[in-house]
Amino acid sequence: MAALLEREEWKAFSDFMALVASGLLALVGLILALAGKEPVMKFHGCLLLGAAGLAFLYILTQMIKWSEPRTEAGYADGVIRAGVIATVFWGLAGFLVGDIIAWQLAFPALNLDLPWTSFGRLRPLHTSAVIFAFGGNALIATSLYVVQRTSRARLAGRWSPWFVFWGYQLFIVLAATGYLLGVTQSKEYAEPEWYVDLWLTAVWVVYFLVFIGTLARRREPHIYVANWFYLAFIVTVAMLHIVNNLAVPISLLGSKSYVIYSGVQDAMTQWWYGHNAVGFFLTAGFLGMMYYFVPKRAERPIYSYRLSIVHFWSLIFLYIWAGPHHLHYTALPDWAQTLGMTFSIMLWMPSWGGMINGLMTLSGAWDKLRTDPVIRLLVVAVAFYGMSTFEGPLMSIKSVNALSHYTDWTIGHVHSGALGWVAFITFGAVYCLVPWLWHRKALYSQRLVEWHFWISTLGILLYITAMWVSGILQGLMWRAYDSLGFLEYSFVETVEAMHPFYVIRAIGGLLFLIGALLMAYNVWRTIRGDEPVDAAEQPRIAAAPEFRPVPAE
Amino acid sequence: MDWSKHKILEKSSILLLIGILITVAIGGLVEIAPLFWLSSTIEQVKGMRPYTPLELAGRDIYVREGCYLCHSQMVRSLRDEVERYGHYSLAAESMYDHPFQWGSKRTGPDLARVGGKYSDEWHVAHMTDPRAVVPESVMPGYPFLGKRALDYSDIAERLRVLRFEGVPYTDGMIADAKADLERQVDPNAEAIKEFLARYPKAQARQFDGDPSFVSELDALVAYLQMLGTLVDFATFDAAGPNLR
Repeated sequence: MAALLEREEWKAFSDFMALVASGLLALVGLILALAGKEPVMKFHGCLLLGAAGLAFLYILTQMIKWSEPRTEAGYADGVIRAGVIATVFWGLAGFLVGDIIAWQLAFPALNLDLPWTSFGRLRPLHTSAVIFAFGGNALIATSLYVVQRTSRARLAGRWSPWFVFWGYQLFIVLAATGYLLGVTQSKEYAEPEWYVDLWLTAVWVVYFLVFIGTLARRREPHIYVANWFYLAFIVTVAMLHIVNNLAVPISLLGSKSYVIYSGVQDAMTQWWYGHNAVGFFLTAGFLGMMYYFVPKRAERPIYSYRLSIVHFWSLIFLYIWAGPHHLHYTALPDWAQTLGMTFSIMLWMPSWGGMINGLMTLSGAWDKLRTDPVIRLLVVAVAFYGMSTFEGPLMSIKSVNALSHYTDWTIGHVHSGALGWVAFITFGAVYCLVPWLWHRKALYSQRLVEWHFWISTLGILLYITAMWVSGILQGLMWRAYDSLGFLEYSFVETVEAMHPFYVIRAIGGLLFLIGALLMAYNVWRTIRGDEPVDAAEQPRIAAAPEFRPVPAE
Repeated sequence: MDWSKHKILEKSSILLLIGILITVAIGGLVEIAPLFWLSSTIEQVKGMRPYTPLELAGRDIYVREGCYLCHSQMVRSLRDEVERYGHYSLAAESMYDHPFQWGSKRTGPDLARVGGKYSDEWHVAHMTDPRAVVPESVMPGYPFLGKRALDYSDIAERLRVLRFEGVPYTDGMIADAKADLERQVDPNAEAIKEFLARYPKAQARQFDGDPSFVSELDALVAYLQMLGTLVDFATFDAAGPNLR
């Protein structure tokens, strides 16, 4: 009884602290809304005021209802359900903006000559929406799902997980609206300005505390391998984010700041960040996803425990060094370029070690590729991971990079990783999670998953082949000499040559978007609880645990 | 090899965390820290000076509109690039760039040395409607820049922050920032000599052709026209002493 009382007191205390925190945030929002130096700052102040104000009111109503004791047993899945919905929503938004800017490159009139619809402002909107909004929500949701299941422990924190979720959505909205209104610090994949960066830092620290707090209360003696990757992703992204974004604002009430680094030091810091946004956000985090969902869906153990250990430590050690391959033949010193190239090539090995560990997990279950399109999404994702982690080291070789750098080849490479690996493994995880989290007997339609898989795969193939051709073509045209020893093509002739490939790429992107729309429809019908149309064709693992038939002995 | 030792890390979230932190810290330390001390990355080259207030305001617009997403400012040390764009870029040429604008993609051409290659009139026509001067261009049009008044109310504060970060703006430059900005678009101003002494090689003229107000286009064209013009490569010797 005493312990119960203590628990109730603790709850009251945490409610009170949450109330105070949201109240203070609302106050900051109010100050910015009233005293902000620019319209955009006032607008962002209003957003913060609204979000924190709603949180304040919600917490207050919960405290009033507090007298009735509530049970908090089992896993905390509400925040994960929210994360899955956010993943699908932001995925659609990010893919849509991506396809719009793809068409803009083919038909520049689509820029509309307006500031907030021009390519320069929409492109960061696209990259941030797919990496941080779609990918970030997928990582937060799956990591909080996986850490509970593999630790057999409920999430740490009472309000903290929800703060992470809603705080992260607020970060996305602040960043995205800022881009459209011209608020950017122009560091690629780190465009948000100083105050949005500070907000993300606060959210991220709480995310870290929730994650490590859940690990600390685990009832399994070992920390499962997926959690190593998630933990490395969380702490390394924190390090990269903080160091790369150090800046001094012009005014505490204005949006503009100047990054503390300049020139070559800034370039190196930025690509140390930039490449490890790939290495830790888009790779380590999603490998955590792979290490849980591939074995779970295939109902087979991970292929090799030792390979997991080698894969993990060598991957996180080597990745950090790879940044300078973005700066070959620039004013960055040669030794740094060569280090970047060398470590990038070495990185091929742990990457393929991870791919082999993922693929070979299907040993004895390869037939499922034919019958279960969800596992096909997961496995093709790992195959794309293998392909792009081969292409990456290749492109990091200085003489290859001399051709590929500044061209669409890089764009194609990024998308084979982002669409093929990151998005496909996320789609697979979403299709797994929706029936499990909403307690359904199956997905609404497995046939729609088939359609999604094939339409999106076709889209990816159109995208990356178009970019290979345009990238290599443009690289070759830039360096072509005529018989008299003059450069053969003016720059704009090489731009003209890109047009057909830009159209093909935009069609590929459209197919990918259509596939994602099918997923959104399927997810919506499943959540709504509609009777599945092809439950009999789906594997037993598709159902929520309580509906799975017990296999015959 | 005794794999069971890995258990130590697997059974303690704190040890695992410490292991990760050490592992991921090394690469960055080795690659980034020396760049703040090595002579090749901090050497000063004759001709480099901080941006004039107008150029800085133009640069901030360049950043705001995301120009770096399609234009690099980094000529690599490759034969075709040097022939197409000019002398390869020096580290010193972006030493006052907070943040750097080297870029990563050339949907349009490199701009590191675009200064002086085209007339102001060409830039104005091009920014307003790119396809009016380059029919094959895929660049967005920026007709609004010429219509918008430049907001330079906090220009002195911007210079002050940059000085705090290491850009050698003097007290006089900061005190006169606003006036200097206006002087640069009004070449008849009396104090133009003083301005040119502070910012050698600065170009002072009506950039967008509309003397009625200082537009965002004035600032952007002033910035574009100075890119790559500060270091004199007729006398620059990569092997010799370039210290000022």
